[in-house]
Amino acid sequence: MDKINVDNTQASPTSEATPPLGGGGIGIIRYGAGNIFSLTAALDRLGIAYGMIHNEADFEQFDRYIIPGVGHAGAAMQKLQHTGLVPKIRSLTKPVLGICVGMQLLTQHSEEGDAQLLDLVPVKTLRFADSAEYKVPHTGWNRVYPEKENKLFANIPQGSHFYFVHSYFIEYNGAYTLSSTTYNNKFSASIWLDNFYGVQFHPEKSGTYGETLLTNFSKI
Amino acid sequence: MLSKRIIPCLDVKDGRTVKGVNFVDLRDAGDPVELAWNYSNQGADELVFLDITATVERRKTMVELVKAVARQINIPFTIGGGINEIADADALLNAGADKISINSAAVRNPALIDELAKAFGVQFVVIAVDTRSTGNKNIVHLNGGRLPTERETLEWILEAESRGAGEILLTSMDHDGTKAGFDNGLLKTVNDAVHIPVIASGGAGSVQHFVDVFEKTNVDAALAASVFHYGEILIPDLKNTLQQNSIEVRMV
Repeated sequence: MDKINVDNTQASPTSEATPPLGGGGIGIIRYGAGNIFSLTAALDRLGIAYGMIHNEADFEQFDRYIIPGVGHAGAAMQKLQHTGLVPKIRSLTKPVLGICVGMQLLTQHSEEGDAQLLDLVPVKTLRFADSAEYKVPHTGWNRVYPEKENKLFANIPQGSHFYFVHSYFIEYNGAYTLSSTTYNNKFSASIWLDNFYGVQFHPEKSGTYGETLLTNFSKI
Repeated sequence: MLSKRIIPCLDVKDGRTVKGVNFVDLRDAGDPVELAWNYSNQGADELVFLDITATVERRKTMVELVKAVARQINIPFTIGGGINEIADADALLNAGADKISINSAAVRNPALIDELAKAFGVQFVVIAVDTRSTGNKNIVHLNGGRLPTERETLEWILEAESRGAGEILLTSMDHDGTKAGFDNGLLKTVNDAVHIPVIASGGAGSVQHFVDVFEKTNVDAALAASVFHYGEILIPDLKNTLQQNSIEVRMV
C-alpha cells in the first residue's frame, strides 16, 4: 500500500480541500446516494479524520475510503457511473469500506434493477424471498458472526448485534464472506477481498460495536 | 436471529421533552439529547421522537433536534409529528433521521406514502396508526385519538403497506394510558396480515406486558413512554426478563 505523508499534506493551511479533521484519514466518496450526516457524526465522535471525495484528484489526500449508500442499488450504480469515478475506484489499492448499498456496489450484480455493479468481489446481491414469517425489509438488530480473522472485527465478539435495514442481501460465499448473519437464510453481513470490504449493516447506527468497527477500519 | 426491539418514545415541543421524567443522574430532564443518550446507554434499540411543536418555525426546530440527536446517539431513531410533504422529510433525512413517522398527513393524502417511498425508500417511511374500537370495528383516529375517520384500521394498514410503508407503528387508543397491557388481539391480527415490521404501542404497564405482546402477537418491536420515563420499567431488567422467556433481545 502506498504511504502518503499525512502530516505534510495537512501542514498547508492554504489547501482548500483539507478535510475539517485533517487529511490522511477516510475519504467519503460522494455520488449523491444517501445522506451521510450520521456517518460523519460517528466519525466526529470517534475522532477519526475524514473528508469528501468529489473527483479523482481528491483520492490522493486519503489513506482509505468509504462508499456510503442507501436506497436502490441500480440507481446508486447509475449515480456512481455519472461521477466518472468508477475506473478510479476499481483501481484503488488502499482499504475501501462499502456500507449497506455501498457494499452491494462492490458485488457483480444486483437483482434490484437487474444492475451490473463494480464486480470487485465476485458475489451477487439478491432479493429476500417473500415469506409470511420473514418480513422485508430485514429491519433491526441481528447477530453477526465473523468467519475469518480480520482486523475489521477486532474486539468484536462472535454474535454481537448490528443494525440492519435492507431488502436485498449478498449471498453467502465461503471465500468472500467475512462475517455472516442469518435471517430466513444465511447471508453475508460483510465481505472482504484484498483491500475491499463491505458491511451490510450500518456501523454508524450499531451502538458501541459499530463504533469499534469504524475505529478498526480507520487502522487497517 | 433478529432481535425484538424495545423503543422508548419521547414527546418533544420546541426542542424540549415535555413529559415529566424522573431519572436520577440527569442534568437536564428536558433535554431530549441527554435523555436519548441515557436510553441508548441502558440498551434501548431505537428511539422515537414525537414533535408536537405548533409554531411556524417547527420545521427548523425539528431539523435542529434531529441533528443534535444524530450527532450524539449511535442507535437508529424515528421522528414524527407534522410531516406533511416531501420537503419536510428531505430536511429530516439530511439532518440524520433514520425514519420518519407519518400519521394524519397519510390518512388525508394516501399518495404521500407512495411519494415518500419512491423518494427515500420504504425503510424510511413509518406509518403511525392510532386506532380505537367503535362497536365491532377498529377505526383509524386522528389528533391523538380524538377525531374518528372513515377508515377501518386493518384495511388502512394494508393500503399503507401496498403504497410503500416500511413499518407500522400501531397505537391502540383503547389501551393507551391504561397500563393494562398491549392490545394483543388487534396486534396479532395486524401482524399476521402484513409483511412489514409492526411496532406495538399503547398500554404497557409492566414487564410481563412486553413478554405477552411478543409471545402472543410476534410483533417486531414494542414502544412505550411513561413506564420508561418514570423509571417504572428499567430497560436492562426488561431485557433480562425477555431473554429468560426465550425472546431474542440485544443485551448491551
